[in-house]
Amino acid sequence: MTALSTETTHVSRTAGVHFILKKAFLSACTALVLFSLMIGIRTEAGPDGPLTYWTRFGELASMVGLVFGGSIIVELIRQWIGPIGAEKLVPTSVKNGMSLLGRYLGPALLVFTLLVPVIFYNQRYILDLAILVLTYVMLGWGLNVVVGLAGLLDLGYVAFYAVGAYSYALLATNFGWSFWVCLPLAGVLAAMWGVMLGFPVLRLRGDYLAIVTLAFGEIIRLVILNWQELTGGPNGVSGIPRPSLFGIPLDNSDDGLAALLHIEYSATHRIVFLFYLILALALLTNWVTIRLRRLPIGRAWEALREDEVACRALGINTTTTKLTAFATGAMFGGFAGAFFATRQGFISPESFTFQESALVLAIVVLGGMGSQLGVALAALTMIGGFELFRSLEGYRMLVFGMAMVLIMIWRPRGIIGHRAPTVFLTKAQAISSDLVKEGHG
Amino acid sequence: MSDTMSGQILGVDRLTMRFGGIVAVQELSFSAEQGKITALIGPNGAGKTTVFNCITGFYRPTGGAIRLTHEDGNQFAIERLKDFRIARQAKIARTFQNIRLFPGMTALENLMVAQHNTLMRASGLTFLGLLGVPSYRSAERDAIDLATTWLKRIGLLDRADDAAGNLAYGDQRRLEIARAMCTDPALLCLDEPAAGLNARESAALSELLLSIRAEHTSILLIEHDMSVVMEISDHIVVMDHGVKIAEGSPREVRDDPKVIAAYLGADEEEAMAVMESGS
Repeated sequence: MTALSTETTHVSRTAGVHFILKKAFLSACTALVLFSLMIGIRTEAGPDGPLTYWTRFGELASMVGLVFGGSIIVELIRQWIGPIGAEKLVPTSVKNGMSLLGRYLGPALLVFTLLVPVIFYNQRYILDLAILVLTYVMLGWGLNVVVGLAGLLDLGYVAFYAVGAYSYALLATNFGWSFWVCLPLAGVLAAMWGVMLGFPVLRLRGDYLAIVTLAFGEIIRLVILNWQELTGGPNGVSGIPRPSLFGIPLDNSDDGLAALLHIEYSATHRIVFLFYLILALALLTNWVTIRLRRLPIGRAWEALREDEVACRALGINTTTTKLTAFATGAMFGGFAGAFFATRQGFISPESFTFQESALVLAIVVLGGMGSQLGVALAALTMIGGFELFRSLEGYRMLVFGMAMVLIMIWRPRGIIGHRAPTVFLTKAQAISSDLVKEGHG
Repeated sequence: MSDTMSGQILGVDRLTMRFGGIVAVQELSFSAEQGKITALIGPNGAGKTTVFNCITGFYRPTGGAIRLTHEDGNQFAIERLKDFRIARQAKIARTFQNIRLFPGMTALENLMVAQHNTLMRASGLTFLGLLGVPSYRSAERDAIDLATTWLKRIGLLDRADDAAGNLAYGDQRRLEIARAMCTDPALLCLDEPAAGLNARESAALSELLLSIRAEHTSILLIEHDMSVVMEISDHIVVMDHGVKIAEGSPREVRDDPKVIAAYLGADEEEAMAVMESGS
């Protein structure tokens, strides 16, 4: 058995050398053609006006050599770690370890998250970052319902985030309503907007749906920006009340939580409270989504993603099914928005640009559409990783972009691409990502 | 099965379907009996699938009427119902010529999706289900039981937790029929269920369809495999170029010179000559 596997490995490797060299040679040729003019010849306007030029064959050669070497390295890496479906040289023991890791990663991550405020109590920066990551985890899980489960490509998700944020901000500043009253209201209002977006786009699919949802996101932002009397326009809404622990404020006053518990007041209390608040909201999103997946509506969403025509033939009302997906996703976006508003204390249209939508969508796609754990990991990677690269300064975006491209090459269907069945008779088997459809709008 | 108990389940009356200038189906009238297998046959391009799509609501007919009558006397004007309502209320289930399963879902899940409307009611439009009330749980158990029964019948019980897209072609065909049956249909419409099956699988399919008929579900069938059609059909309607050219029992249709002409692509006299020389 072992002898056989080493032999096949050996064969695939020797067969690979020829291929790798050929590919590297072709890449080098392409580089030579491209760079011969771009790098090989340098032109500049001379001191008297006429164009002078000189050759830089040394640089050209080193560039082509770099491409040649780089191509070999990239190809070697590709052969070692992927892509999916290619013969992998990873030994089975490592593979088994990985699957074991996969099983316990979720619970371990949850326990770690619960302990974050304890471990990093004195590190305000990490707590703030953790809150930010959790906000995006929640947004990712919310969008996952629309994109991952129902297969409807929504590029305007930030609109619901904005609706939620402004709902809370305006209700709290104008009427003095408490966070706990406004939170469900923000969700309901966002869900309503979800349905309103859903109606006109019901007939659209794929690219067309994406464009209209993108436009919808921009419309909401522009309305907020221009409706000065209500939203304050570009000045935003400030002085948004902080959340209270069921009526007990978390401040330095005499009836604040610290005074009631007879402990010394610290500003960190509020941060820790916000941390657990967003964690609870995110876990609620997760719990509801997991439950919904196992209910007929969730199965209908996934069936819709797989084959809409077959759904109709089975008597599933695709209109309401799509609308509920939009509404559910929007509702979670609204919750997250209300949280965002109460955490920041100040919101303005600048926080709700298309870039946010793109970021959340990237989290969902990178995580593996439909996978809850994958989305959480992707949010951690994207938001946390982005902070991690802060020391690289100007190259941050470059490194980040390259990391994303690499992940998409190795795992084209996201970090966790396979799908877990919602019901089983004997044994739940993960379904390979090549079978699961991405949806077509 | 006695003939006396059967009434008409499906009545197609002067059905016409035009796509722009092309007339795909012209003034087609036929009926299907309750608890019987009616086959719709004809050469390629005869308009069979168009008729099917009209009956199952995927096309809105240009003209004519389609009536579906349940055993309890309820009547539905199919041409006026929305597609998903045809499946939900009139209880017409269909399969597709090119299999349309949910490939990324397991065989069991495919059958669960088919019971969407029953489960949706039981889950109180999701809200009660979200809370996990006992009545929903028992409804879900019933749904799993029904799915299990069907998986057993089509011999796929051991593949219940495999992705539908991973099943063999013949298995996928049978699973699609089981999925349609899980909607508890009054009329089951099958679009070329034997296409691509080998002889053994076709025989198993015939057996399955006969057992479905025995449980008093009416079947409307489009099929090219004449061995299947002739073996199980009670009534055959033959179409060519969008019109009905013959109708009757398998024996009658088999001997009809117009049918032979349509299939052989020859004109009538020629076909007669062929038949006479053959007999």
